[in-house]
Amino acid sequence: MRLIAENLGGERGGEPVFSGIGFTLDKGEALVVTGPNGVGKSTLLRVVAGLLPARPGRVLVEGGGEDFPTVASACHYLGHLNAMKTALSVAENLRFWRSFQGDSGQANSAGEGTPAPGVEDALKTVGLGGIGHLPFGYLSTGQKRRVSIAKLLISHRPVWLLDEPTAGLDKASEGRFAGLMRAHLESGGILIAATHLPLGLEGVKTLRMGEAD
Amino acid sequence: MLALFLRDIRLSIRAGGGALTGVIFFLAVIATIPFGVGPDLNLLSRIGPAILWIGALLACLLGLDRLFQADREDGSLDLLVLANERHMLALTVFVKCLAHWAGSVLPLVVAAPLLGLFMNMDPSGIGATALTLLVGTPAITFIGAVGAAVAVALPRGGLLISVLVLPLTIPILIFGVSASYGASSVGQGTFTQPFLILAALTLFLAVIGSVAAALALRHGTD
Repeated sequence: MRLIAENLGGERGGEPVFSGIGFTLDKGEALVVTGPNGVGKSTLLRVVAGLLPARPGRVLVEGGGEDFPTVASACHYLGHLNAMKTALSVAENLRFWRSFQGDSGQANSAGEGTPAPGVEDALKTVGLGGIGHLPFGYLSTGQKRRVSIAKLLISHRPVWLLDEPTAGLDKASEGRFAGLMRAHLESGGILIAATHLPLGLEGVKTLRMGEAD
Repeated sequence: MLALFLRDIRLSIRAGGGALTGVIFFLAVIATIPFGVGPDLNLLSRIGPAILWIGALLACLLGLDRLFQADREDGSLDLLVLANERHMLALTVFVKCLAHWAGSVLPLVVAAPLLGLFMNMDPSGIGATALTLLVGTPAITFIGAVGAAVAVALPRGGLLISVLVLPLTIPILIFGVSASYGASSVGQGTFTQPFLILAALTLFLAVIGSVAAALALRHGTD
């Protein structure tokens, strides 16, 4: 599948933030968006996800099939908020998102789907095994971030849109997360990350915002 | 969808949820009325259904501002909007309203017969008022969802939602109260017609309210 953005412009509150951005990502490709604060990295991600309208321009996916006809249905959006309820336990939060977003895993070459990893396995993958019973509100900032990274694993989406994904993570978790992103790309995924921290990915496209004009 | 319903019910019961706030407000309103009106039992039983309805209506409005705001503050709302392709947003809103109703408003309906005794109402009047509340309060939640969706980005939107929503809930109040009076021995009129109109209002608003709130949420993301 392929993600195409043509001549994208975005605005916040009627003020244009950026314009004329275009890129094409084939499967297995990643785009790292960098630039100074306020240049519109988060806005770009929200426009790509479809949470904000593109003015002008358009974003589309090709070859998504019946399961992923639009970017919104094909993407995991990891914003700077974690989308977890502090009053519920970590496992309850993740189980909710797993059943709400669907637990189908990636289809293999024969087109047969296997279930995505379960909640416990996903937590172990981000190094938080055995804390599923704790209320989400008890966790530290970095642990909360790791739980929302686990949310990327429990239901399969070919496109990951990551807004400052490594904010609050320690060195070991950053390394572990880089491994997860590499695995996602190797399995044919697409990834767009807005960040100013190095992500530990080699051979990715970069988009520097705020310098071209 | 069942998962969303269960999550919202759990949240309303857990610490910080609004399940008991409404009931306590309802209790406070109804318990103070007899002191204000004085010990005239006939008067109390005559105004009983109306007071119960007004109390329930105001208690319903109390928790509405958190319906979407809580999800917006932690980022869940973005993901609910993005899931439009799998779960139509209007349906998501509908389920959230049902969960809000079951978690915060159903306790009011359960408490209403007990509070009816405070108002010296007769058994048939108590039964009719509880029944009309059961059928009519979902409509208030669905109207309120539209207000909550419009005001979702405002930090202190609670009062604004009440002001927006209150005029629209007047028909529900009128038909609810007139059905209750129709069944009680003190009033005149009939029970069936206003009750059926009340049921129709709820069904009508379940659709209109969910779709309108979904539209407001879709265009309110920033």
